[in-house]
Amino acid sequence: MTFIKNMLDKMKPTFSEGGKLSAFGSLFDAAETFFFVPSETAKVRGAQIHDAIDSKRSIFFVVIALIPAILFGMWNIGYQHDLAVGCTEDCGWFCQFLYGLAVMLPKIVVAYAVGLGIEIAIAQWKKEEVHEGFFVTGMLIPLIVPVNCPLWIIAVATAFAVIFAKEVFGGTGMNIFNPALVTRAFLFFAYPAMMSGDKVWVNAEYMDCINGTVDGYSQATPLGQLAAGEPVGYSAMDTIIGTIPGSIGETSFIAIMIGAVILIWAGVASWKIMLSTFAGGALMAYLLRYGDAEALNFEWWEQLTVGGFAFGAVFMATDPVTGCRVEAGKWIYGFLIGVMAIIIRVLNPGFPEGMMLAILLMNVFAPLIDYCFVQANINKRAKRAQIK
Amino acid sequence: MANVIKLSKGLDINLKGKAAAEVIAAKPSKVYGLVPDAFYGVKPKVVVKEGDTVKAGDALFVDKLHPEVKFASPVSGKVTLVERGERRKVLSIQVEADASQQYADFGTGVPADGKAVVETLLASGLFGYLMQRPYAVTACPEDTPKGIFVSAFSDMPLAADFEFVVKGQEADFQTGIDALSKVAKVYLGVKPGSALEGTKNAEVTVFKGKCPAGNVGVQINHISPVNKGETVWTLGAEEVIFVGRLFNTGKVDLTRLYAVAGSEVKAPKYVKALVGAKIGDLTDAVGVNTEKTVRVIDGNPLTGMKSSADSFVGAHTTEVTVIPEGADTHELFGWISPRLNEFSVSRSYFSWLLPKKEYTLDARVKGGHRHMIFSGEYDSVFPMDIYPEQLAKAIIAGDIDRMEALGIYEVAPEDFAVAEFVDSSKVELQRIVREGLDMLRKENA
Repeated sequence: MTFIKNMLDKMKPTFSEGGKLSAFGSLFDAAETFFFVPSETAKVRGAQIHDAIDSKRSIFFVVIALIPAILFGMWNIGYQHDLAVGCTEDCGWFCQFLYGLAVMLPKIVVAYAVGLGIEIAIAQWKKEEVHEGFFVTGMLIPLIVPVNCPLWIIAVATAFAVIFAKEVFGGTGMNIFNPALVTRAFLFFAYPAMMSGDKVWVNAEYMDCINGTVDGYSQATPLGQLAAGEPVGYSAMDTIIGTIPGSIGETSFIAIMIGAVILIWAGVASWKIMLSTFAGGALMAYLLRYGDAEALNFEWWEQLTVGGFAFGAVFMATDPVTGCRVEAGKWIYGFLIGVMAIIIRVLNPGFPEGMMLAILLMNVFAPLIDYCFVQANINKRAKRAQIK
Repeated sequence: MANVIKLSKGLDINLKGKAAAEVIAAKPSKVYGLVPDAFYGVKPKVVVKEGDTVKAGDALFVDKLHPEVKFASPVSGKVTLVERGERRKVLSIQVEADASQQYADFGTGVPADGKAVVETLLASGLFGYLMQRPYAVTACPEDTPKGIFVSAFSDMPLAADFEFVVKGQEADFQTGIDALSKVAKVYLGVKPGSALEGTKNAEVTVFKGKCPAGNVGVQINHISPVNKGETVWTLGAEEVIFVGRLFNTGKVDLTRLYAVAGSEVKAPKYVKALVGAKIGDLTDAVGVNTEKTVRVIDGNPLTGMKSSADSFVGAHTTEVTVIPEGADTHELFGWISPRLNEFSVSRSYFSWLLPKKEYTLDARVKGGHRHMIFSGEYDSVFPMDIYPEQLAKAIIAGDIDRMEALGIYEVAPEDFAVAEFVDSSKVELQRIVREGLDMLRKENA
């Protein structure tokens, strides 16, 4: 510990204002606060003691909560590949995991490198510390794209989202839309062929175990099958465990729920939003059933376990910056996300998945919900003043 | 039976080094100093010259805008120094104490008329201890308050326990309340099981809840919130005793019991001393650890102000606390390590498992300053019918209409102290609220 401290102290002048490498000052700051809790003490006036929690820790707990979904997603990449090739027997789960790791890692690296690169550059330009918000965004982006999404597209979409969804508004804490969802929305509308259909869900980048490389495998997601009016080819158990094709992080309901427990336990995400999103989704899914559940092999409640619903409800709807900030409003905010997501899924033939659009839509309406509650408080106060 | 109000929001911070229920007298300071900054909102005009002799209770300075509001010397003796800072700002007026104290006489007995009470308070220099809402500044005698609020307890960390302080002074406290009740209706907020529940001439309300339930602002919000155009006055519970002594004895006796506490105090207990005593004389009485760099705070660690042994204790101060400075503490990987010695509302730490544990917290901010990221943090520790985050944002934006609409007239910086503590974005809420109040006061002047 003293070694790192001494090294950082020695390097500090070079990166400080006037130093040789002052252009990288923000990067140095980021590294320094990554290693050590800042030793800045309270000012003369104001609270002299502070809670040990800071935004860095809170945000890293979201990344920790994502780990089950990441690990499962990696394994599932390999599993789906082997399933398509037809050699699940030859290769064990670890081998499938390694396959997924090899596919997934470059995506994570690209998302982080592009996003953090831009964030650090902008922080340096604004002479601010690098904010940690992107650690979550950078992890979310690879998890919400199909496995075959090319790296350059991830890079372009990440750059777009960081610049136009976040930094133009003033950075972490000031953005209107969830940057990770903007990335996905950008991809969805700019490169639709890469984001949906039945060719994007199974990876064939690497040699498969029997035949060498092939061009690609067709494999539809449950929602794709439903949108096409076909029966779902997966059991309810498959959708809960997550052994189905889909965006990398979204398939396993169980892994996402482990994340939800971590988030709620650490108090980082609002359980009110999560619960009300599921409640809204469940209500709408019940009302808008697809028809014959048996023929389609799809019960209404499976709406909550397939596609991006659970992942969105746990990790994206609960984004504190773009969501409702008034406690009571969180119930309405989450409920409407759930309702909208299912409405878009079921009633709009153009979009088999509705979670992304539902959350982005409610991001727009979150300030309105807040406004109603705050205005009620304001009106109450104004009325009280008049009576006197 | 007093009315009981239960507050569910708040946070009690359990710090090490609470003052034991034991009183010792501080060694009398050679020089006492009255610090005008402690009377927020007052523009001081010094009315004594260096070399003048004063009695305890004689004015040392007055408010430039309301010269009838005087500020009394805590001791009799010779004015030795009018300390001035940048742009001739008065920092302190220092009086060398006589060996035997002379007191100015203001007559005994509570006048029947409220006006006469105010006049006596003005003449004796005790009126300046009254604060007002809106703006959380020193009260103005021209206003007619709709009520005078006194909170008879503080639940801030390491705060003095007024139930202990008032022991033996109940008669003075009651006289003080009697006198104030001639001026306006007096509301007294007490904690559950308080011996003061039977106080006469005041509407007593019991507040059950966590910090900051003892804040007078929180109590006002629940009893009779301040509307635009209304004024309420507030007075510290110990200052009610000053008023009581004045009417019982005719003398201005500014003796107080200060809780000298904190993890770096060797034997934390109550120290008897006068307003304006040297902080060093208070801390010497109980001893301070010298192994590490400490921060001496004039007040409690949430609302107090960084001070030093050479400074004079502030007029409204009820406790002096000493905590580690912590600037030389370097914790590795704070964003992930368990840090068992840290206290947090977040369950990502383990302090929620140990509710009884007493913590030693240093003065580090423990995080980088950010925009407000996480929602609901302030709200969970802000037991008032006000949206704290939205109000703070309105202040940052300088939007005066919105500040008014969101209830800035009802708050003081101290009401945001717990919110500032728990904030993971490390926003300086108390400074922001103070700036907002000043902005509005200037606008409405």
